[in-house]
Amino acid sequence: MTTSPTIAERAAATLPPSASPLGLIDADGQPIDSPVLDLPPDDVLRELYRLMVVGRRVDAQATALTRQGKLAVYPSAHGQEACQVGAVLALREQDWLFPTYRDTMAVLTRRVDPAEALSLLRGEWHCGYDPYERRVAPQCTPLATSTLHAVGVAHAARVKQVDQAALVLLGDGATSEGDTHEALNFAGVWRAPVIFFVQNNGYAISVPLSKQTAAPALAYKGVGYGVRSLLIDGNDAAAVYAAVKSALAHASAGQGPTLIEALTYRVEAHTNADDAARYRDDAEVAAWLARDPLARLETCLRARGLLGDADVAGFGAEAEQCAAGLREAMSGEMNVEPADLFAHVYAGPTQTLAAEQEFLLAELAQTATTEGSPS
Amino acid sequence: MSATLEHSAAATAPAPAAAAEPVTMAGALNAAMADALANDPRVLVFGEDVGTLGGVFRVTDGLAARFGDDRVFDTPLAEAGIVGTAIGMAMNGLVPVVEMQFDAFAYPAFEQITSHLAKLRNRTRGRVSLPIVVRVPYGGGIGGVEHHCDSSEAYYAHTPGLRVVTPCTPGDAYHLLRQAIACPDPVIFLEPKRRYWSKEAVPAAAAAAIDQAVVRRPGQDVTLIAYGGMLATALETAAAATGEGWDVEVVDLRSLSPFDDATVAASVRRTGRAVVVHEASGFAGYGAEVAARLTERCFHYLEAPILRVTGFDIPYPPPSLEQHHLPSVDRILDAIARLQWDDHA
Repeated sequence: MTTSPTIAERAAATLPPSASPLGLIDADGQPIDSPVLDLPPDDVLRELYRLMVVGRRVDAQATALTRQGKLAVYPSAHGQEACQVGAVLALREQDWLFPTYRDTMAVLTRRVDPAEALSLLRGEWHCGYDPYERRVAPQCTPLATSTLHAVGVAHAARVKQVDQAALVLLGDGATSEGDTHEALNFAGVWRAPVIFFVQNNGYAISVPLSKQTAAPALAYKGVGYGVRSLLIDGNDAAAVYAAVKSALAHASAGQGPTLIEALTYRVEAHTNADDAARYRDDAEVAAWLARDPLARLETCLRARGLLGDADVAGFGAEAEQCAAGLREAMSGEMNVEPADLFAHVYAGPTQTLAAEQEFLLAELAQTATTEGSPS
Repeated sequence: MSATLEHSAAATAPAPAAAAEPVTMAGALNAAMADALANDPRVLVFGEDVGTLGGVFRVTDGLAARFGDDRVFDTPLAEAGIVGTAIGMAMNGLVPVVEMQFDAFAYPAFEQITSHLAKLRNRTRGRVSLPIVVRVPYGGGIGGVEHHCDSSEAYYAHTPGLRVVTPCTPGDAYHLLRQAIACPDPVIFLEPKRRYWSKEAVPAAAAAAIDQAVVRRPGQDVTLIAYGGMLATALETAAAATGEGWDVEVVDLRSLSPFDDATVAASVRRTGRAVVVHEASGFAGYGAEVAARLTERCFHYLEAPILRVTGFDIPYPPPSLEQHHLPSVDRILDAIARLQWDDHA
């Protein structure tokens, strides 16, 4: 006689994360056998490496441009390249990406034009690109609110019966926000094809994870909502790519959402305005630099005969070219038009906004006349 | 299904199937959603208890049975989740009509409404359109306990990017909701709970466009400006005022945002006197905006300062005391009496 499984047995069979983070390539570049994740094909591994080299260089360039006053602010993703490149490269053309302010590298991996991507952080406009062009939502600055938008996009795909998923990026701090919990719950109930990808980089600005949660791992937060959860090494691009591919297959098969917690580290301060020395020490940073996502993938690729010195030099040159392109783009004139302030508040003009626009334009014309007139 | 979500801004709702028989406001709202669901496959209706139960006020009664669980459905009990997921659905080509169960229970959705629903079009320079209707039963006068009687219109009206509308009759409820669903902008649709069971036949055409005020009763001497649940009180006051020798004009704002300056100012210029009435607290309330705008536009036509008759500046009272809080016919008549008639005489 068989007994039906208990609630705990059923949950344990499908939902909880592994006891330790899943990985495919260890910190020294050595391969790991994984019963859960499939090593990406050779061409994907090379592409992951190339995009991470470019991403790191562009990230450093953006930080430098901020110091030069060319960007208003830039939250660096240095150290998180495997997450941002690996997760996005796994997406299909029809899928949506919901990035945060720290995910510019992810946005660029989705092939959004760099000048348009940096419009927000340059202070030009709140979002510089057309979200429908690459299916990339505006970079979200409030924490966790976009998790619900991603669930909505995914649910709409199910209603319309199209094979489409949404990937939403969030940080460890955002898992404390109520919207994350509502999003996981809605996604679980609706079996929405959505992937919650938590880049656990250790800090919410200055607050460490230990003050953020008592959970054994953030991935466990999916379990209570009936959401399949994975805990992975977020500095292993191959593992990130494979985990997102696995979540996409799960979603595509109608089995619903996945929560992925990727363990990584924010090497730089929160932004250029932050001082990380006030809340963490150099030894901690050094330990994480030894787990660098690029170095390990390079070692792995070289060992497998997939990468040589010429390739490394070539990718480096390409990265320099991208950085130069960004410098040039951020030195150009901003696409700023005062009348735009009123143009997109509603679908059409209102009496009040038409009057306010007229007021501003008259004020500008007056200023121009005064400045242009001989003294 | 269109991914670009382009609506015609001038879209007008077709007449309801059966307009001859009087219906309640709840019934008219139900018919508006049914007709929208029938006419446009992108329209969805969802919220707490809106499916099998038909809503706590039965406004969505029968819609799930008629249109199926994929288009009319219950959600988990989380208001930010309802509005947040509606935003995603609209981004992906659908037209959500969501219900907040009660005024004060919509507050958990406030961030989604003010930071995202209101701003996404602007943030994306018009590329993302969110044709979402958030239905909110609001206001008191029904003997509701704490947190069930708030008038929260000023919070929404203060937020650029939102349209805020409120009907006062079953006929206007039908047409205004059809207009709201057809509108490419997000609309906060405030339903005066105390009028849910009022009855009338739904006229074949809308009284006005979605952003227009309407003169509900023409008059010569003074303009009463009201909306939603207070409109009926304003009309009662106008009827009573004839006995005092005042010919009162009643303007129904309908659209709290954008504000129809032209219609309201024209009325006040004609009458030279105005009283603004609402249930919500007066301090920094919606009536303050109305009075300020009219003062700026009609100062030289005014015979007296514009007065406000509003709820007190207190948390909404328990049912045992709410009659003292709500503007009454007598209180509005008293305000009219204070409009410096002697100076004029």
